[in-house]
Amino acid sequence: MKATSPPMIQVQGLAKSYGPTTVFGDLWFNVEPGEFVCLIGHSGCGKTTILNVLAGLEQQSGGEVIVAGTQIVGPSLDRAVIFQGHALLPWMTVMGNLAFAVRSRWPKWDKAKVRAHCQKYIDLVNLTGAEGKRPAALSGGMKQRVGIARALAIEPKILLMDEPFSALDALTRGVLQDEVLRICRETRQTVFMITHDVDEAILLADKVLLMTNGPEAKLAEIVVNTLPMDRSRSDVHRHPAYYPMRNHLIEFLVNRSRVFNDEIAARPFDARHRPFVHPGAREAGVVPLAANGRNPGK
Amino acid sequence: MKKSLSLRAAILSVALFAVFVLAWQLATLPSAGTETMDPEYAKLLGAAASTGQKSSMPTPLAVATTIWRHILDPFYVNGTNDKGIGIQLGFSILRVLVGYLLAALVAIPLGFLIGMSPLVYKALDPFIQLLKPISPLALYTIKDSDTSAIFVIFVCSIWPMLINTAFGVMAVRREWLNVARTLEVNAIRKAFLVILPAAAPTIMTGMRISIGIAWLVIVAAEMLVGGTGIGYFVWNEWNNLSITNIITAILFIGLIGLIFDQLLARLARLVTYPE
Repeated sequence: MKATSPPMIQVQGLAKSYGPTTVFGDLWFNVEPGEFVCLIGHSGCGKTTILNVLAGLEQQSGGEVIVAGTQIVGPSLDRAVIFQGHALLPWMTVMGNLAFAVRSRWPKWDKAKVRAHCQKYIDLVNLTGAEGKRPAALSGGMKQRVGIARALAIEPKILLMDEPFSALDALTRGVLQDEVLRICRETRQTVFMITHDVDEAILLADKVLLMTNGPEAKLAEIVVNTLPMDRSRSDVHRHPAYYPMRNHLIEFLVNRSRVFNDEIAARPFDARHRPFVHPGAREAGVVPLAANGRNPGK
Repeated sequence: MKKSLSLRAAILSVALFAVFVLAWQLATLPSAGTETMDPEYAKLLGAAASTGQKSSMPTPLAVATTIWRHILDPFYVNGTNDKGIGIQLGFSILRVLVGYLLAALVAIPLGFLIGMSPLVYKALDPFIQLLKPISPLALYTIKDSDTSAIFVIFVCSIWPMLINTAFGVMAVRREWLNVARTLEVNAIRKAFLVILPAAAPTIMTGMRISIGIAWLVIVAAEMLVGGTGIGYFVWNEWNNLSITNIITAILFIGLIGLIFDQLLARLARLVTYPE
């Protein structure tokens, strides 16, 4: 049944270069509806650029991105962005920030409807009671919650997150990751997230895209998360597939991301069909995905 | 017990003022009429000189009396050259406000445009650079006196507002603009709901600098234009050799300047946002 719906995001031959420097070239991948996809790579591999292109904030040098069947040109309310530095408007209250977004989405809504809608999302991120506060009066974690609420409140087709928790302390980060996991499971939101935190990726992602080091960064492979869907931060590390997963990702970041070009030197590199790997599939008892990234059989 | 900082500061201020007044009093003590002078000449010079006072500098008490007299009757009119200080200040304030508000009407939208569009910025930059260093008083000769005074205020208060507005608009954080872009906010909503509030503190700083300059310049301008205004009053009293009146006028000029500054500081606080 899942296989019948088209991918939510199709990235086809995406390339970006600044002058003579190619940051990345010929990038191909899909994101299925309701999927949570993380992109991992070192600084300089163009992670943020990819996200900005998906958001429409930056222009690619080549290739195209198709979201829900339509090629993207510029930013859109269908693609909400959660920025790394929360990017709240400091002269507006929490409610004001949300209302600004909601009114942009539905200009014809009356005041009461906008308020009720905003309140729903303020409650969703557990900020009830802070509606009238300005961002300066909030902690870092609370600000990022507002950022998340603002992005979700416009009910986007896809949610784009650019290292949303990297500026937070470990404790706050953990709590927010749990909440994002809960919200995305509840709403079946399609998410594309940039991170460099392996544990964050294992906890949140259904698939992890591994990028090699820049310049001329490549998509090395797509790691399918073999851990069960109902995982949580408190018990994920006890699962038998956790360490195979984690080791695979760390091994890539520490070594393979650097020497990947040597690894593929012997055989032709097919940018369009990057392999799916299933670390810990045996331990987890997971059936690997077919070559097109979809569930086999049926 | 330790007193609060502002109370201690107030005590120190009062003490300093007392020392100043005392020193002034001592400096202007009348020396016994040792000076002999031709009575004709003494008559010409006026009372202060003929009674043998050392300097023409009045005593603090004389100044205080004059100030009190002006406060009691600020709006009298005894002919063209003798009007109450309230009337004179009123003329000056009116000219400053008209010139300043006209300047704001031009500078803020134009600054906005310059800040938003690199093209307009590049195109207008040579004109701004050329016109900015011209002393507004040099533009005096352009039209009749009253228009000129307002024009001078207009010219001298336009630059800080224009430049600060342009700078404030240019310096709006990229991430805020990106928020507006991803929300597909149209140009007008973006200008009024994102850029204007973001740049408002910088714009207000420019407005505060401008009103300060305008109030400085109006005195000089009115000395040139004559007729009415506090600048003319100072000039006129200088010709009358009435130093008490000049000191009074100076104090009032300072006071009005202070009020202008504080009003704009208040307004600036309203639009400032903590980050």
